[in-house]
Amino acid sequence: MADVVGLLAEHGDDAKPLAGGQSLVPMLAMRLTRFEHIVDLNRVDELFGVESDNGGVRIGAMTRQAAVETDAAVAERVPLLHLATPHIGHFQIRNRGTIGGSVAHADPASEYPAVMLALDGTAEIASASGTREVAASEFFESTFMTAVAPDELLIALRFQAWDQPAGFAFDEIARRSGDFALAGAAVGIGTDGAGRINRAAVGMLGVGPTPRRAPSVEAALMGLAAADADPHEIGRLAADDMDPIGDVHASAEYRRRAGSTLVGRVLASALAQLTQEAGNG
Amino acid sequence: MADQVPLSMTVNGRTRRGQGEPRLTLADFLREQALCTGVHLGCEHGVCGSCTVLMDGEAVRSCLLFAVQAEGAHITTVEGLAPDDETLHPVQEAFRDCHGLQCGFCTPGFVVSVAAFLEANPDPSDDEIRHGIAGNLCRCTGYQGIVAATRQAAGVMRGGE
Repeated sequence: MADVVGLLAEHGDDAKPLAGGQSLVPMLAMRLTRFEHIVDLNRVDELFGVESDNGGVRIGAMTRQAAVETDAAVAERVPLLHLATPHIGHFQIRNRGTIGGSVAHADPASEYPAVMLALDGTAEIASASGTREVAASEFFESTFMTAVAPDELLIALRFQAWDQPAGFAFDEIARRSGDFALAGAAVGIGTDGAGRINRAAVGMLGVGPTPRRAPSVEAALMGLAAADADPHEIGRLAADDMDPIGDVHASAEYRRRAGSTLVGRVLASALAQLTQEAGNG
Repeated sequence: MADQVPLSMTVNGRTRRGQGEPRLTLADFLREQALCTGVHLGCEHGVCGSCTVLMDGEAVRSCLLFAVQAEGAHITTVEGLAPDDETLHPVQEAFRDCHGLQCGFCTPGFVVSVAAFLEANPDPSDDEIRHGIAGNLCRCTGYQGIVAATRQAAGVMRGGE
């Protein structure tokens, strides 16, 4: 890895790290971007793998999406990542695509950035002068733009487990399976011992220049009894937290309406898990 | 023009050596140097699935890999699925039986993808089959024959039903 950050320091803007290549290589093929130097990370062993980290997980940036999908620690400690992964592309894409590549690419319609933002994940970033950590809330700056400078490398992501009763759900709307999502939502809802919501995390994708949180929705959920919350009514508030653009696939208004309806459905699914768990417990 | 680099990998059980620019795609190497013209190039940006091959057993888009990245890897193309020249792989057999193809352009990618899909999920539901083939595009068949072929191949690969 010292070699990689050395090359990035030497070449700066002219170099680009290559992770799974499932976004970068199409962009090169279509001449949407070009780089004099490509630094392939696929043989940098220390960037691969999931490890336990203070009750949560630390996921190396080059860990394939297919590996995240089947990892037992991820499924147990960060269920939202596990639930979001099958929505990424197709299985052939997930065999190569990586979690770090997806997050560093920062496509506003992609899944992992929205999950990372919802769960307040942390990015570990390395350069020739050391490593630093950046919170998800500071990471996504604009479409395809992140806190990672040209001479830096995203090396890992860290997620804390939720140590409380919780429900998690993820869903998205796309014209065809595996297409870029028009809108999507990643939701975590946690309760105290009495079944009152004391933690709400709502991330959205496809409805702004970056992944977004839905603070209006989160605020409305707090303090409610999980069993009494009306997810569809609360989901509508998400429209105020969006800044969608219109394009050939869907108008801004469509994304806003369909997106907020979807947030309601995903809330319903997370709440159903909570009430089901309470019923079983 | 970038310098040529030496390339070496195992393709369908045989060592293949060649050379090319660092950004030569694996798909172009397989077609032009390993002469595996069953690797079809449709979109060349990872959408259509026609160029799907197995790299160390996993289905991948060969148009999104550079040949240098496959250095030392084991690649299986559609030409390498069947045990010998006289036999078809069960997935190939099923595509023929169930009209899983018309023009045939997308077929190698489908066959390789379906073979990998059934290795991972030997007894899929119809819904799972539709998800499993969602990463490959076919403009002729309307997919019904491909779903039927996948179902038949699954039965055969599980041990003849």
